[in-house]
Amino acid sequence: MTQPIAPEGANTWILGTRKGTWVLRNGNGRLDEPWFFGMQVHHVVQDPRRGETLLAAVRTGHLGPTIYRSTDGGRNWKEAEKPPRFKAKEEYANSALDGDDARRQGLTLDHVFFLAPGHVSQSGVWFAGSSPIGLFKTEDDGITWDGVAGFNDHPALSKWCYNFAPGTPDGQKCHSVQVDPSNPKRLLLGLSGGGLCLSDDLGDSWRPVNGGVAMDFAPPKEDGSEYEYGHDPHDAVIHPANPRRWYHQNHCGIYRLDWQDGATQQRWKRIGNNMPKEVGDIGFPMTCHPKDDNTIWVVPMDGGTVWPRTSVEGKPAVFRSRDGGESWQRFDRGLPPRAWHTVLRQSMAHDGRASLKLAFGTTSGEVWGSDDEGSSWQSLVTGLPKIMSVTAARLD
Amino acid sequence: MATVRVRLAALLHSYAGGMKIIEVNASTVGEAIAELDRRFPGIAFRIVDEQNQIRPHMHVFLGEENVRDLSTPITKDAEIYIVGALSGG
Repeated sequence: MTQPIAPEGANTWILGTRKGTWVLRNGNGRLDEPWFFGMQVHHVVQDPRRGETLLAAVRTGHLGPTIYRSTDGGRNWKEAEKPPRFKAKEEYANSALDGDDARRQGLTLDHVFFLAPGHVSQSGVWFAGSSPIGLFKTEDDGITWDGVAGFNDHPALSKWCYNFAPGTPDGQKCHSVQVDPSNPKRLLLGLSGGGLCLSDDLGDSWRPVNGGVAMDFAPPKEDGSEYEYGHDPHDAVIHPANPRRWYHQNHCGIYRLDWQDGATQQRWKRIGNNMPKEVGDIGFPMTCHPKDDNTIWVVPMDGGTVWPRTSVEGKPAVFRSRDGGESWQRFDRGLPPRAWHTVLRQSMAHDGRASLKLAFGTTSGEVWGSDDEGSSWQSLVTGLPKIMSVTAARLD
Repeated sequence: MATVRVRLAALLHSYAGGMKIIEVNASTVGEAIAELDRRFPGIAFRIVDEQNQIRPHMHVFLGEENVRDLSTPITKDAEIYIVGALSGG
């Protein structure tokens, strides 16, 4: 879920693409001139706490990754004075890390992938997830960033994430940085690949939370036990209206977790088993209704054979559940009968309004919108570069 | 220590207040980039990453020599050219 809480009064879709950011005004369908033209824009997020700050995770091919900041609705942007960066390898020389830990050889930030405003009580705090896998934090509203040492220096992190080996097509990444709205110290991260991990002390310590999640790309363990880490969540969310309910779309299914107080292990339930077998339960985005913790949307993709990651059988559809994933309904009205869309994990969003609007973008540069909670879809934009994120914002 | 002219390609002009040529005093290429950063904070990180390596798609020429080692000494009267690499077709 790219943005569980949309800014109040959102009236705009912000489209992060491979070649810049485009802003689509909902009211008149107008596409503004691009921001960061020519640059890779992974995520643009408006602060729902105050609505004044926009942050953008941007990368240029030559100059490397950075974060830009605007405090005037995107009219002017300024680069972070101290953007995210990993520690120099020399800083790990006397650490407790294993000898072959990749951090000892030095990690270089490729891109910032995910931006998340901190808890509503922590004004100016944001988090950023990155590729290679890392977590960064700002306490001054995006001007200066530091690594979250409890995560980036965690001795087991290299074990969880295959020693930072580049795995997924665009590199491993830390995504789905979720701040529990009911507990400012609780953070949930998705590591692709690596699994989901949780902190209850604002990032000082972490533990995997993957109980019940399949890992079809690894052989069954000989003792019959589950893998504790190394999974591949694609998109995870702590429900903003019910923080005890979590959802996530995984490389190996769709899951829900209902937090059990006192349980020795929290377990995920594979609600994707309730999807039609011919469609399956593989995909990237997981979008949840901001008020109704039973309503969620997914965009299934073809995860068979060689993983084309396009619409299943070339028939695009959005699936919605109104009962927490116990049953699903297919919606394809308005979508082309044959198309091979790929919808990336950050490319589906809602606008948070009472009459909820949804939008998703495709890697082939199309944006589709729904005014009826996903029951039907209309083409909003075509001809854009590869869309890497869709978020809602309130812009003048 | 020598005075050296550093020519910046267009993709770096915004990091140097719009300047295209800057004179710095330095003994090595790394010192020249560090001096640039003292005058224009943030520019060095666009050329050199956190592991003190010139970014893969940035080129630093000392005269006609493509330099990857930041400790390369600066020769008298040389110029430094910092440009974006030819990347892709």
